[in-house]
Amino acid sequence: MIKTNKKTPKNVILSLENVSISYGTFEAVRNVFCNFKKGKITSLIGPSGCGKSTVLRSLNRMNDLIPNCSLKGTVLFDGTNIYDKRVDPVEVRRRIGMVFQQPNPFPKSIYENIAFGARINGFTGDMDELVESSLRKGALWDECKDKLNESGYSLSGGQQQRLCIARTIAIEPEIILMDEPCSALDPISTLKIEETMHELKKNYTIIIVTHNMQQALRVSDMTAFFNAVEYEDGDGGKVGYLAEFNSTKKIFSSPNEKTTQEYISGKFG
Amino acid sequence: MNSLYYQKRLSRNIGDKFFTSLSVICALIAILPLIFLVTYILYKGGSQITPELFTLEPNPPGDDLDAGGINPALIGTLIITSIASIIAIPIGVGGGIYLAEYSKGGAFSKFIRFGVNVLAGVPSIIAGVFIYALIVSTKILFGSMYSGLAGGMALSILMLPTVIKTTDEGLKLVPNELRYASLGVGASMYTTILKVTLPSAFRSIATGVVLGIARAAGETAPLIFTALFSYYYITGFGDLFYEMGSLAVLIYNFALEPYDAQNKLAWAASFILVLSILSVNIFSRILAAFNEKPKRV
Amino acid sequence: MEEKLTLFKNRKRFGIEKNIDIIFKNTALVLSSFVAIILLGIILVVFFQSFESFSRYGLKFLVTSEWNPVKDEYGAFTAIYGTLVTSFLSLLITIPLGVGTAIFITEDFVPKVFREIIGSFVELLAAIPSVVLGLWAIFVMEPFFRVFFVFLHNFFGWIPIFSTEPTGRNSLLAILILVVMLLPIVTSIARDSLNQVPKKLRNAAYGIGASRWKTIFSVILPAALSGIMAGVLLALGRAMGETMAVTMIIGNSNAFSWSLLSPGYTISSMLANQFGEADGSQVSSLFYAAFVLMTLSLVVNIFAQWLVKKFSLKY
Ligand SMILES: Nc1ncnc2c1ncn2[C@@H]1O[C@H](COP(=O)(O)OP(=O)(O)OP(=O)(O)O)[C@@H](O)[C@H]1O
Ligand SMILES: [Mg+2]
Repeated sequence: MIKTNKKTPKNVILSLENVSISYGTFEAVRNVFCNFKKGKITSLIGPSGCGKSTVLRSLNRMNDLIPNCSLKGTVLFDGTNIYDKRVDPVEVRRRIGMVFQQPNPFPKSIYENIAFGARINGFTGDMDELVESSLRKGALWDECKDKLNESGYSLSGGQQQRLCIARTIAIEPEIILMDEPCSALDPISTLKIEETMHELKKNYTIIIVTHNMQQALRVSDMTAFFNAVEYEDGDGGKVGYLAEFNSTKKIFSSPNEKTTQEYISGKFG
Repeated sequence: MNSLYYQKRLSRNIGDKFFTSLSVICALIAILPLIFLVTYILYKGGSQITPELFTLEPNPPGDDLDAGGINPALIGTLIITSIASIIAIPIGVGGGIYLAEYSKGGAFSKFIRFGVNVLAGVPSIIAGVFIYALIVSTKILFGSMYSGLAGGMALSILMLPTVIKTTDEGLKLVPNELRYASLGVGASMYTTILKVTLPSAFRSIATGVVLGIARAAGETAPLIFTALFSYYYITGFGDLFYEMGSLAVLIYNFALEPYDAQNKLAWAASFILVLSILSVNIFSRILAAFNEKPKRV
Repeated sequence: MEEKLTLFKNRKRFGIEKNIDIIFKNTALVLSSFVAIILLGIILVVFFQSFESFSRYGLKFLVTSEWNPVKDEYGAFTAIYGTLVTSFLSLLITIPLGVGTAIFITEDFVPKVFREIIGSFVELLAAIPSVVLGLWAIFVMEPFFRVFFVFLHNFFGWIPIFSTEPTGRNSLLAILILVVMLLPIVTSIARDSLNQVPKKLRNAAYGIGASRWKTIFSVILPAALSGIMAGVLLALGRAMGETMAVTMIIGNSNAFSWSLLSPGYTISSMLANQFGEADGSQVSSLFYAAFVLMTLSLVVNIFAQWLVKKFSLKY
């Protein structure tokens, strides 16, 4: 990647500097500053429509795929602005993986679902081994070890989501982005995923969007609270912004902002 | 009296009866001749089928009571349709990929989609006229005029819109999540298209393309002054550059002959053409019905 | 963290892969522009080839009916008139039949299985090559209708369109075979448009006590109208450009006559008949006729597309 001489604080792997994202003329989020720490789990919380998914997608340039979505500001990863013209978005995505809100396995076998990404990334090791270890980390191995050749679609919704998580883990990205990965899961699978996250934390940085306060509290080290307000200069719609960013403990015990307090105690959202 | 019972003589009910019968009559008038038509073609044509038909050359009208066979026309149809497919499928699939996967609904893709629809509406004889002016009259193909190659080109113009359209529409049915999944694990755009989206849409694209080929196989107008007709066996690669017969043109030519033998040959050729086109259509319909939607949980 | 640098050797995308990506995209772009190139090519080629004839006859070409290669005089009125008359009249017959059939298969007069069989059968007929229909018209339709035509002439001969003695192939037969060809198009498009009318509209009408046909006429047909119209226009385009079946049955005569019982000509049948053997300025005049045909069908087609667009915005 192209190194720039931007200075970022130590231990920060990804940082948003004055990022605003628009869909066409509609501004979805405005002026976000945020530093994501290496090796930590950060959760993004906030009311529906405040732009959490939008921000998350901007971190590995998935927004490129949405027509007329545009970004102002800089997103520094590893000292490089990933929105620099010279940056290859495909390479960004190989280093920053993503798990989506809806499970989206490939219409291929379970084995191929894992192997596809690894092969693209030029995996040279033992594929069987990688498939097994990824499925184990995704807490799916026991349920599917006997039917690796069946279609990914033959799994239940929750299992599919874990397959998608395993698929992302398999390419060993430096950062894993997860957009409400547990919204389709039962409590038991959710706990399994959360265990996996704790496990992964040793080697990876994780950024997760969640509507589940308990989950944010359980898994994350840092929490970013997004909110949306109507601006006078906007065209009527609400614009999202980062209301508060702090350690999870602080956010849930004594937040600085009144709105944060109201949101986590369930007064709105 | 304000009864709830059905009253036959109420003007509303008489009107309803009348229009219902009218629509039944419409359906009958529409369907019966069509049924008769298909049965007649299959019966009349089917009764002319003999083994020699497939192996002999047709005899020039008038010489002989025996009309011979339709071997050159049969092979010619296969060749000309293949040429058309070889030209139209890559262009059409590639173009469809651009429209569905790359263009983000911009002015260019709107213009091309419009163009595809317009091209689909161009009368088929105009495609023949165009190739005549461009290829036949200029002798641009190594000095040959009428040729199987030129005929194939004319047919490919008619196939192109079908292929682009089915590719475009087939790819648009592939859910975006699947693309995100692939790009999300770091696949390049072309890998995503070749390994994920195109395979997912393969069946619907293939069905559309096969139907397009079947339609092209029966087209006559673009061939009558590009490929023309030939009575002789196709023996080698070089014959591509000469006049080439086809079932469609054989039917046209021999239907207008005053001799019974030639007319019978036209019926036989119709039988083969209609039977193959109908079976391709029915087969792909059945396939499509079995695979209405990709399975999603 | 160290291990994966050795296991994933493509983490960095190499130049080759990036280039393949770019080449792939640009190839697709070029291939998609082929459509525009071909379309433009067709229009330009036909236009320039007709230029000689156009500069010689101007618009007079459209209204004179002498077509004489020996005297080198050309006018396409007979063919243009034939094209318009056959396509419009065949459409006039097809519309009620097709829409009526479509209503029959979208309403529940007979069980669904039958309706579906009828529906797909009609669609299958659209796949029959027109040259085969032409063959059928020559050997089955023409003898079948001969008596009927004589009857028409004897009793309605005072009407100009039936004023000539029927002698074999004629324009009316061409119209009838066109009806057979257009019926599947109109029926299937009308059926699709009727099916697209939201169920709640129908229920609303039934809910306020409208009878079945009251509902069809005052709610369903109006809602489906623009879709049906678009289908009708597409069929019109097809009728005007249709070549083989018409060429085989219309009789191919350039002598102008108002009567449908006399042999006629259409632009496409003229092209099919003369293009192979024409030379000199006849070729240019044929191109001029082709240009007229193309313009007619383009106008109809673009109008149909415009209707389709307007229609799809509504729901
Ligand atoms: N593809 C898109 N095109 C246009 N606008 C969009 C698009 N995606 C999101 N938006 C808009 O951007 C805003 C933020 O959406 P986003 O999906 O990021 O919210 P979110 O915080 O993830 O909500 P949720 O919690 O419901 O998932 C919303 O107002 C939404 O309508
Ligand atoms: Mg979201």
